[in-house]
Amino acid sequence: MTATIPQVTPLAATSDRPMVEAVEVHKRFGSLEVLKGITMSVERGQVVCLLGPSGSGKSTFLRCINHLEQIDAGMIRVAGETVGYREKDGKLYELREKEVAAQRRKVGMVFQRFNLFPHMTALENVMEAPVQVAGRSRSQTREQAMALLGQVGLAEKAATYPAQLSGGQQQRVAIARALAMEPEVMLFDEPTSALDPELVGDVLDVMRRLAESGMTMIVVTHEIGFAREVGDVAVFMDGGVVVEAGDPAQVLGDPREERTRSFLSKVL
Amino acid sequence: MTATQPSATAASEGPQGSSGAARPGPIEAVPVRHPGRWIAAIVVLVIGIGSLSSILQNPNLDLETVGEYLFKPLTLNGVLITIWLTVASMIMGVFGGILVAVMRLSPNPVLSVAAMLFIWVFRGTPLLLQLIFWGFIGAFIPKIVVGIPFTSIEFWSFTTSDLIPATVAALLALGLNEMAYAAEIVRAGIQSVDPGQTEAAHSLGMSPAKTLRRIVLPQAMRVIIPPMGNETITMLKSTSLVAIVAGDDLMSNIREAYTQNYKIIPLLIVAAIWYLALTSILSIPQMWLERRYGRGFSAIRPTLGSRVSTFTQSIALPSRATRPTRTERASKKESAS
Repeated sequence: MTATIPQVTPLAATSDRPMVEAVEVHKRFGSLEVLKGITMSVERGQVVCLLGPSGSGKSTFLRCINHLEQIDAGMIRVAGETVGYREKDGKLYELREKEVAAQRRKVGMVFQRFNLFPHMTALENVMEAPVQVAGRSRSQTREQAMALLGQVGLAEKAATYPAQLSGGQQQRVAIARALAMEPEVMLFDEPTSALDPELVGDVLDVMRRLAESGMTMIVVTHEIGFAREVGDVAVFMDGGVVVEAGDPAQVLGDPREERTRSFLSKVL
Repeated sequence: MTATQPSATAASEGPQGSSGAARPGPIEAVPVRHPGRWIAAIVVLVIGIGSLSSILQNPNLDLETVGEYLFKPLTLNGVLITIWLTVASMIMGVFGGILVAVMRLSPNPVLSVAAMLFIWVFRGTPLLLQLIFWGFIGAFIPKIVVGIPFTSIEFWSFTTSDLIPATVAALLALGLNEMAYAAEIVRAGIQSVDPGQTEAAHSLGMSPAKTLRRIVLPQAMRVIIPPMGNETITMLKSTSLVAIVAGDDLMSNIREAYTQNYKIIPLLIVAAIWYLALTSILSIPQMWLERRYGRGFSAIRPTLGSRVSTFTQSIALPSRATRPTRTERASKKESAS
């Protein structure tokens, strides 16, 4: 399979179906084509870091995996299910909003701007989806949510509103909130880009521990150090295509492509 | 203590307070005089006292009649109907307004255009006109029939004037008019919420309806409530227009009384006192709602008590003698931290 499709990340070796599978994904906003055929597969438990200059389409690609953006051509599968469509008799049927919502429960997302619900405390933020979407009991969810807040080191901030938390703390609550739905894959859209430099470390620590626990993660980031240390695969994107993908040590340390090299020289 | 001393010490000893040297004394300077403020205050006081005394000495004021009518059953019944009309039409306006706003923002073009037309008509014609229209709806549509359109099949049929008495006509007029305004306020509120909130809710698997109810509307409320408070106060006063179709409200009853006894001004004062009292009371639930939906938006949550105390602090300024000097205040702040 890897041989037939160009620009595939060289990791679809195992017999299991990949956790996330993208084939020739195209996306355009008006006349601007943002994704020009992205093909990629992410195995269960793998950490894939997407790097590239702004406007390269990496955030858009991430949002397509969660169906926050609809793709124009190609195919994305998460845990074997086609995102946004149902396949029947070789035909595609668009999913209803409710069905899309059900699909999204498998995918956790962390945003650059945190997007915590400002009218709820940290604990209520984490509890919201399990109670309102999954219909779990409040008392049981409260325990779970407290445990999650503990894992991100914010148990004592449970009753605090987001406005009173630092950016780093807000992002850690946002990670706990996404984990509360027990997703199979976590998407991170530049999770540390809106943070003050001294707060980045705490968030990256949480993400590192999450990766060690075996979570499948796709991370759009500018943190080269994180990609090199935690990532299993580094993907360099530019102009809506994957320029280079592979072992982070190789892609980030000794890139084959000139575009990767010039980008890294500007970032490092 | 001369004025040059503080800067000299600051220059020679570096940051203040760090070396433990003697602090410079408080600044004693001649304050700026504001003769203009005094003149303005005197002019306003003279005009105010003059007009007040001329009103109070006016024999036509007839405070006796004011006192007599202030708590008459006729007045009190009117007050009750006014409150009922205000509450009922605001409830109709707010919930209908949310519906119209959601329709207006809907991707369905039929719903969106229908909402736009509704707002266009009911916001673009005078409330008085709408009141009279609903008051005389019986003349326009004598019978209301529930059946299948374009056939002669009828399930129910009513005489319009039975179905819509004057109070209901008033309620319809006020409520529908309010819906149009409330819809625009709610729409602005919904649009003020960061789209990232909707995305976050969707990414957690929330349905669009639940996202609106749990995430968007509670945040929109913060923007919606202050203008809605104004709308409620306006509505309370607008109910007086109902007098045109004889709606039994405060203004209708007062008008009925003065057309009989011609004590127009004293009775208008009675109505004015009640309207003022009601609008003053209305600001209390508004404050409560603002606090309720302001949760999480300010670092320190304002409570009713803290607001009153900051208010009293702001009006009860210490007299000049007891007021701390600038340096005293600064040292207090320092010791506090």
